[in-house]
Amino acid sequence: KTWCMCSDYCTEVGILMHLWHLSSKGEHINSFLFYTKQSCAEVFPYPEVGNEEAEEIQQLVAPVEKFFAEEVDSARIDQEAKIPPETMNGLKELGLFGMQVPEEYGGLGLSNTVYARLAEITALDGSIAVTLAAHQAIGLKGILIAGNEAQKNKYLPKLASGEHIAAFCLTEPGSGSDAASIQTRATLSEDGTHYLINGSKIWISNGATADIMTVFARTEVVKDGVKADKISAFIVERAFGGVSSGKPEDKLGIRGSNTCEVAFDNVPVPVENVIGEVGGGFKVAMNILNSGRFSMGSSSAGMIKKLIELTSEYAATRKQFNRSLSEFGMIQEKFALMAVNAFVMESMAYLTAGMMDRPGLPDCSVEAAIVKIFSSEGGWICVSEALQVLGGLGYTKNYPFERYVRDCRILPIFEGTNEILRMYIALTGMQHAGKILTGKIKELKKGNIGVAFGMAGKRLKSAFGSSVDFGLTGKDGVVHPSLEESAKKFEQNVAFFGTTVESLLYRYGKSMVDEQLILKRVADVLINLYAMTAVLSRSSRSISIGARNHDHEVLLANTFCSDAYFKNNYLMTQLQKHSPENNDANIKKIAKEVLENRAYICSHPLERTF
Amino acid sequence: MSGRVLVGVKRVIDYAVKIRVKPDNSGVVTDGVKHSMNPFCEIAVEEAVKLKEKKLIKEVVAVSCGPQQAQETIRTALAMGADRGIHVQVTGKDYETLGPLQVSKILAALAKKEDAQLIILGKQAIDDDCNQTGQMTAALLDWPQGTFASEVSMEGDKLKVVREIDGGLEMIKINTPAVVSADLRLNTPRYATLPNIMKAKKKKIANVNPADLGVDLTSRVEILRVDEPPQRQAGVKVETVDDLVGKLKDTGRI
Repeated sequence: KTWCMCSDYCTEVGILMHLWHLSSKGEHINSFLFYTKQSCAEVFPYPEVGNEEAEEIQQLVAPVEKFFAEEVDSARIDQEAKIPPETMNGLKELGLFGMQVPEEYGGLGLSNTVYARLAEITALDGSIAVTLAAHQAIGLKGILIAGNEAQKNKYLPKLASGEHIAAFCLTEPGSGSDAASIQTRATLSEDGTHYLINGSKIWISNGATADIMTVFARTEVVKDGVKADKISAFIVERAFGGVSSGKPEDKLGIRGSNTCEVAFDNVPVPVENVIGEVGGGFKVAMNILNSGRFSMGSSSAGMIKKLIELTSEYAATRKQFNRSLSEFGMIQEKFALMAVNAFVMESMAYLTAGMMDRPGLPDCSVEAAIVKIFSSEGGWICVSEALQVLGGLGYTKNYPFERYVRDCRILPIFEGTNEILRMYIALTGMQHAGKILTGKIKELKKGNIGVAFGMAGKRLKSAFGSSVDFGLTGKDGVVHPSLEESAKKFEQNVAFFGTTVESLLYRYGKSMVDEQLILKRVADVLINLYAMTAVLSRSSRSISIGARNHDHEVLLANTFCSDAYFKNNYLMTQLQKHSPENNDANIKKIAKEVLENRAYICSHPLERTF
Repeated sequence: MSGRVLVGVKRVIDYAVKIRVKPDNSGVVTDGVKHSMNPFCEIAVEEAVKLKEKKLIKEVVAVSCGPQQAQETIRTALAMGADRGIHVQVTGKDYETLGPLQVSKILAALAKKEDAQLIILGKQAIDDDCNQTGQMTAALLDWPQGTFASEVSMEGDKLKVVREIDGGLEMIKINTPAVVSADLRLNTPRYATLPNIMKAKKKKIANVNPADLGVDLTSRVEILRVDEPPQRQAGVKVETVDDLVGKLKDTGRI
């Protein structure tokens, strides 16, 4: 499924033709988020877990919370830069190493939703959260989603129990974001029984402790007589020999999680250990990474909720100027910020997880990327503001705030940098709009004035924000009336966005791919739109089921939507042709001059020329 | 001997929660508040499961009295190693006034029905701090009791119990069937691991009505009012012993 924010000129017919066109090409379509009545069914109503699962969640959460409250000494883990063996054993015995491994292979077989719920708790210690995620969200995920029966039977049981630890080995010194450029090589032996892997990887979590690694390397493939160098995925056991780990990196945060270089020197890997197809490794890598991302939403939400508790205790009791801190506006604002952020992150995470749990393995990679960006950046801001409430105390190691700040800094960097993910979101979102528009643009270029007028007319209509109705509100609407204002703002944003995208594609065409500052704004609007969808859906559900404190949810939802609405409008204004609010040209010029000189180039204010 | 042990488990407000009194002073706020198994009941379950692991008894049956949510507590006991559960359904007003007298009657009836050899309970619940159920159950059944147990061992058909008492430790030997109530130092309860929780889903919980056991739930106690403990007043610093004596006299303390 990919997102497409097409403006209302995409009639039902247009959409159906487009769907037909794609399906006839054999592309698998699950749905589009066109915000027609048809697509609302994807995100409304908010996903509901079954009765059995709801009971299960209650049961599973309790012992994990208890363990983290009583047996996890985060300060010590951070200080010693390691997780003590007793704690690791406790985590293994709890069953936390095989949460998503199916029960028949010895795991818990939890759905994405339940996994996300437990991630709220494991996130309380950053080092543990990353160690567990590196092991199961990416380390063993390849075997889980692309491995064959033999591989699953052989490796999953010991990985699920934690007897073996897994790691994901993709990144190299020369290939980080540009993962497709990796140089580690796997050469097929003469007798065709095994590959020899040579190369080195860096920033590998669990690099020193992993027994089983998913390693990505280049292999020679021959297709239709043509030789090509494609990436393949391999299950590599440290026991195969030739695998060595470097010294642990001394990091700013998540210090208890092991990160190091891993070198492969003629490591023999049986051909049976190729995951999926030879040459199909890049896709496996992307699928693995896409599948784990969404849980960052619930981890960040869990962490912020905890911080709200800790920080509000302090704000309520600490007095200055004879009043408690909680009476001051600038402090209150920080709590509102944290509450809204936690609310959005939760809503997005469980909406995405719920969609992913639907039968048919829907592709929610764009949504997961959105969740990751919002949660990593929102989390970073919130921990910083929480620390600020405690002032000097927050800055010391006597309190956990500084550790949360340090642990959070990695979030916008790993699992796909936020810069790359913004590109992915923007380009994928625009790709389908582009396909529809290509036809129209050809007409335009042929000089079909009628079409041009058609477009201009629709644009005028949208510009005045009139009659924009996607069926979210009103008698048959899916959004509750108390959220009507916010839903209308959302619909307006979507309409404006549609015309904006149309205009951008017309102006830039294929060269759009190099206009990062534009794509960044497109992505930011999409992120806000998905966030608005999630809070509208979630709070609608809460009202209808009479959840406790649902009025507060409506408040949070409306506050967020109102804020996001204006931010979106500003972003989209900057995207209009010749927008005076857009400083991109200047920004690029400044950057060019600075980077050419590799320094700040202004003469010093105290220097004289006379 | 049936080799069957009944363990009572009570669902209470979690020990870490800050209790708040309802605005109408009729009780404490329980809505939306975190609940869990009474810590002393956890110790009781652990002891029963240990006895089973040592093969001294054959079956551990976890019992809880209360509304639907009591099943969660039974499930936790199952995840810790109990074999099956019995949920005695008590709801509404009956649940609000449920106390040691009613519970002990229920347990006594169940012990007879299930032909239990041993009943292990927590010494008291952390919500009402009654410390009566074990004793009453033993009296109703006319069984010996080993309360405040910090150590339990089986010697043939007798039970050796080390009890924590004011003066120190007391060791007694009692006949079975018997009632034991667990004290803090009896053992350290195991975590219900997630795999065990999943396995426990397959274990059975039977539903029972107090009426079927012939138990009358009428309470002899009426709660008039619930109040928070008085707020701790600020103290006053004094410079000398004479000042201290003076202040104590002023406030009528001496």
